[in-house]
Amino acid sequence: MKKVLTAILIMALIPGILAGCGSKSEGSNGKVVVYNWGEYMDPDVLTLFEEETGIKVVYDEFETNEIMYPKVDAGAVAYDLVCPSDYMIQKMLENDLLAELNFDNMPNTKNIGSMFMEKSKEFDPENKYSVPYMWGTVGILYNKTMVSEPVDSWDILWDEKYKDNILMQNSVRDAFMVALSRLGYSINSTDEAELQEAKQTLIDQKPLVQAYVIDQVRDKMIGGEAALGVIYSGEALVCQQQNPDLDYVVPKEGSNIWIDSWVIPKNAENKENAEKFLDFLCRPDIAAKNFEYITYYSPVEGVKEYVEDEYLLNSPLAFPDPEQYTNCTTFHYLGEEADEYYNEIWREVQAAGTSE
Amino acid sequence: MKKTAQRIYLALIFVFLYAPIVTLMVLSFNGSKFRTKWDGFSTKWYVQLFRNEQIMSALYNTLAIGLLSALFATVLGTAACIGIHAMKKKSRMVWMGITNIPMLNAEIVTGISLMLLFIAFGVNFGFMTILLGHITFNIPYVILSVMPKLRQTDKATYEAAMDLGASPVKAFFKVVFPDILPGVLSGFLLSFTMSLDDFVITHFVKGAGVDTLSTKIYAEVRKGIKPEMYALSTIMFVSVLLLLLIINRPSRKKPQKSAV
Repeated sequence: MKKVLTAILIMALIPGILAGCGSKSEGSNGKVVVYNWGEYMDPDVLTLFEEETGIKVVYDEFETNEIMYPKVDAGAVAYDLVCPSDYMIQKMLENDLLAELNFDNMPNTKNIGSMFMEKSKEFDPENKYSVPYMWGTVGILYNKTMVSEPVDSWDILWDEKYKDNILMQNSVRDAFMVALSRLGYSINSTDEAELQEAKQTLIDQKPLVQAYVIDQVRDKMIGGEAALGVIYSGEALVCQQQNPDLDYVVPKEGSNIWIDSWVIPKNAENKENAEKFLDFLCRPDIAAKNFEYITYYSPVEGVKEYVEDEYLLNSPLAFPDPEQYTNCTTFHYLGEEADEYYNEIWREVQAAGTSE
Repeated sequence: MKKTAQRIYLALIFVFLYAPIVTLMVLSFNGSKFRTKWDGFSTKWYVQLFRNEQIMSALYNTLAIGLLSALFATVLGTAACIGIHAMKKKSRMVWMGITNIPMLNAEIVTGISLMLLFIAFGVNFGFMTILLGHITFNIPYVILSVMPKLRQTDKATYEAAMDLGASPVKAFFKVVFPDILPGVLSGFLLSFTMSLDDFVITHFVKGAGVDTLSTKIYAEVRKGIKPEMYALSTIMFVSVLLLLLIINRPSRKKPQKSAV
């Protein structure tokens, strides 16, 4: 009995001791806890913000939407500002994790291109919870010395001529996006017949594919190890800078346009500071700094005037007109059941033909 | 014939083990940040590495957490061993079972449960929670390496020391401890390396803005790992190699020592 009592006493003491340990340095005007993708902000921007406002930025990074979600959901750390992708914002909204933003505190948000606010409605129907940060498309990067005909359609990834010279993305949604777009279906399809058809085309394509990869597309295309690769627009820009023979195209059938947006979780402790920081990020000069550092497109209008990098200023890929992508859609959160189905047929694609 | 086959087999094994590390070391001197493009020999990544505050603080955290957690785990684990060793057979089996479970358990389960536990107690996430998490998963490894050594010790020598007037504490440090020291040391080193390696548990129990090398490197996956990390890995590999050489050197000198 005595032992149990001491044990309970010790258990009761521990949190008190620990709570005292987590002291964090704060700026004169408090702090803001930011949770962003890795390598997704110019470190100078943080310093500038701290100097201008006296608010200390506690900066933390995640690697995928899926790994960010459980941390925010559990509330282990009270993040003030998080940067998930489109479909994940939809999921967080459905699970009631987000706080409404006060746009009166953020005058600079009017700099965001109207098309992106419009596209954002696909996951944030009333534009109340999110402010776009970066966007991009998914398309085909091709080597002009290895591909003779014009590239404008997903069909080229099924051309026998380029056997073993094609790189596909090794992720469920991206792979099926290619197949579904080619067939003219929605990239958010949950229709079983459509998905089965998409699965079959992916299996048909498999013998032509050199490899299913994620970030090796970049290295392989720069090195000329493949002729055609499915890639994100921001990465295409970097590749072209390294190897001028490369060009990028978004196929005419449509594709995925993605938006990473800032949201404020419900349990945020410094909401006003978060809004100040978000407003700061929407300033064209700051957005330009981030664009130069990340090379993903910024939705902030007037960025180009502040970009100093000569290469980016002259690159036709760096400042595309977003209006040409109206036939592209964002990924939607399809629910657990559909996610499961996608994974299942993706496994069938992966397993197909491995016996030979 | 058999000899050459053996040699080839051995060579193959070494190639598989070390080719990736050599590749990384070569790339750390590449002037370009792209794998497929060689821009000439350059040490600029090493210079940038030491200027990068985020990586340096992650390195500091990793080493501090590694050393501290290994130290605490070794003390706690050794003490636990002595306790478990003194138990009756049945309860000893039960306790050994309990300490073994966390090792077989998937790391992600340990990580999430620790996170939930810290939340339940209202602990602030930060350096401290990572340290506690690492001590927790290190203790079983210490027990695993100390226990066999303790089993080999002869209880009679300990009792003899007591008969000759030593206090239990003195008898332990004079008689038992030197015998189990190799186990304690290997437990310490094992804990240290486990702590350096760990990503999953650290990810769940870390607070905002506190990073270890593993979480820092993993966060770079989407945009491509920066060559500074190649440089850092090269430095770490070389230091471990030097450390191993230094540790292994005295063993050749041993005969000398016994001659004195």
